[in-house]
Amino acid sequence: MIRVMIPLALAVLALFAASLLTGPAGIGVRDGLAALVAGDGGPLTLIMREIRLPRAILALMIGGSLGLAGAAMQGYLRNPLAEPGLIGVSGSAALGAVLALQTGLAASFALGLPLMALAGALIGVMLVMLLAGPRGASLTLILAGIAVSALAGALVSLVLNLSPNPFAASEMMFWMMGSLADRSMLHVWLAAPLMALGAGLLLTLGRGLDALTLGEDAAEAMGVPLSRLRLQLVIGTACVVGAGTAVAGAIGFVGLVVPHILRPLVGARPSRLLWASTLGGAAMLLAADIAVRLILPERDLKLGVVTALVGAPLFLHLILKLRKERI
Amino acid sequence: MLRIEGLRKNFGGLKALDGLDFEVPPRSILGVLGMNGSGKTTMLNCINGVYIASSGSIQLDGKELTGLKPAQIFDRGVGRTFQVPRVFSRMTLWDNLAVPLLSRSMTRAERDEIRATWLKKVHLFDLRHNYAEELSGGQQKLLELARIMVSRPKLVLLDEPFAGVNPTLSRLLIDVIRDMPGETGCSVVLVSHDLTSIYELSHDIIVMHEGRILARGDAETVQSNPDVVEAYLGA
Ligand SMILES: Nc1ncnc2c1ncn2[C@@H]1O[C@H](COP(=O)(O)OP(=O)(O)OP(=O)(O)O)[C@@H](O)[C@H]1O
Ligand SMILES: [Mg+2]
Repeated sequence: MIRVMIPLALAVLALFAASLLTGPAGIGVRDGLAALVAGDGGPLTLIMREIRLPRAILALMIGGSLGLAGAAMQGYLRNPLAEPGLIGVSGSAALGAVLALQTGLAASFALGLPLMALAGALIGVMLVMLLAGPRGASLTLILAGIAVSALAGALVSLVLNLSPNPFAASEMMFWMMGSLADRSMLHVWLAAPLMALGAGLLLTLGRGLDALTLGEDAAEAMGVPLSRLRLQLVIGTACVVGAGTAVAGAIGFVGLVVPHILRPLVGARPSRLLWASTLGGAAMLLAADIAVRLILPERDLKLGVVTALVGAPLFLHLILKLRKERI
Repeated sequence: MLRIEGLRKNFGGLKALDGLDFEVPPRSILGVLGMNGSGKTTMLNCINGVYIASSGSIQLDGKELTGLKPAQIFDRGVGRTFQVPRVFSRMTLWDNLAVPLLSRSMTRAERDEIRATWLKKVHLFDLRHNYAEELSGGQQKLLELARIMVSRPKLVLLDEPFAGVNPTLSRLLIDVIRDMPGETGCSVVLVSHDLTSIYELSHDIIVMHEGRILARGDAETVQSNPDVVEAYLGA
């Protein structure tokens, strides 16, 4: 366990520093850090504090949240293919965001879009909980999530379909690909409280998730209150994923791949995976966000595109490995 | 202690439990016999809340259990084991016994003491740092029993504790179960196909058949009941 956590933590630290030092302005290591810490009010300080710092912090927070939510979801459903988007939060957040762009609310004030996205996530998750009911098994939760995701997806298509001009439509498409470019500390402050709340809820699920490995009936027979555990999971996931999607758009594969890669390293206990996956998710997103700036600096490569490009082959690799082990 | 009245459970058209009435007095062991599919496991599932009874009443110390969720029923002091042993194979034996204590308010010392006590009782204390997957099937049954007993249940539901357990471990298991009511003050509902163990351990026996109670009484009464002989003992 320690042998996994320490390298992961070091990787996150190194990547966080590297993220601060990556960008078109070509600032040196010493100058950059001095400007960040000392803050003389000059242009260097501005770049470091107003542009790069929020970007790095957001990558850290959102990546960590996605990794954590993925590990929790996979533990709850006892299925390594589960991912945080399964309960329909990211889909309904996207719908909120697209509506904000469509109605012009996004252009009228800075937090118009993220706030609409959050509202979308909230409505989506309430719908899911209503549909799944208080005493249902995990299958009802999945089905409710799929139903709400599908509905949100259809409505997003409708909005795109009816968008007044191709420019508006492409703006929505780009937003949905996910990005951390041009985010400010305002975005950090908007997302941070919700993410802290959600992470708190998810990180305390560990022992309950461990008990669940024996099945729902056995866990309940040992005093694990399943309906409360599920509520905690859904609200926690909604908070972290809703807040993340609201400020950065839809970023796929982190919540799916990271727990999957780390599981064999920390052992089969879900409780151990929660922290490891948080660090792993943060590392992956920080790395991806550095990559988008290094690979095509002038072309605004989208973060969600990179995570999918990296995540999908990794996943294929895991599948092939699994197949070999079976035979 | 436990009082069951008119308990019914239907699965669609199938009457798995068709009106059960019985009582389990304090500090006693009730043996439950019955053919495959006679409703024994279903009855345990209704008592601990995994299934919601179609009708009837289940009372523990005068308080109704029907309608409560399994975790709440556990908190009221009902523990159970499963027909197929279910242990946390990737946890040590010591950690296995910690799981049912999560919702109990106990000090660290109390937890450690009761875990040690029960692991010693089932002769697994020396293996406490091993992973549960290294145990034999019979030892896993013993571990499961210890795991439920550390939570100090008032009522213990045991589903086929002797299935797949070799004679030596069976002997140990019988001794442990026999002493449980006297040592901890609990009552036991013991479901088993193993006639000798049931006769040896039970203060009272019920024989189930197609969701109903076919006969009840002590070992001799049950053994000599002509209905039981015909339907169950097949002699
Ligand atoms: N979840 C369920 N859905 C539908 N039918 C069920 C369910 N659980 C049990 N049954 C049916 O109820 C009847 C009683 O089953 P139960 O498992 O209680 O028998 P049992 O006495 O424990 O048998 P065994 O000795 O084989 O363990 C059987 O006909 C079974 O098929
Ligand atoms: Mg059974």
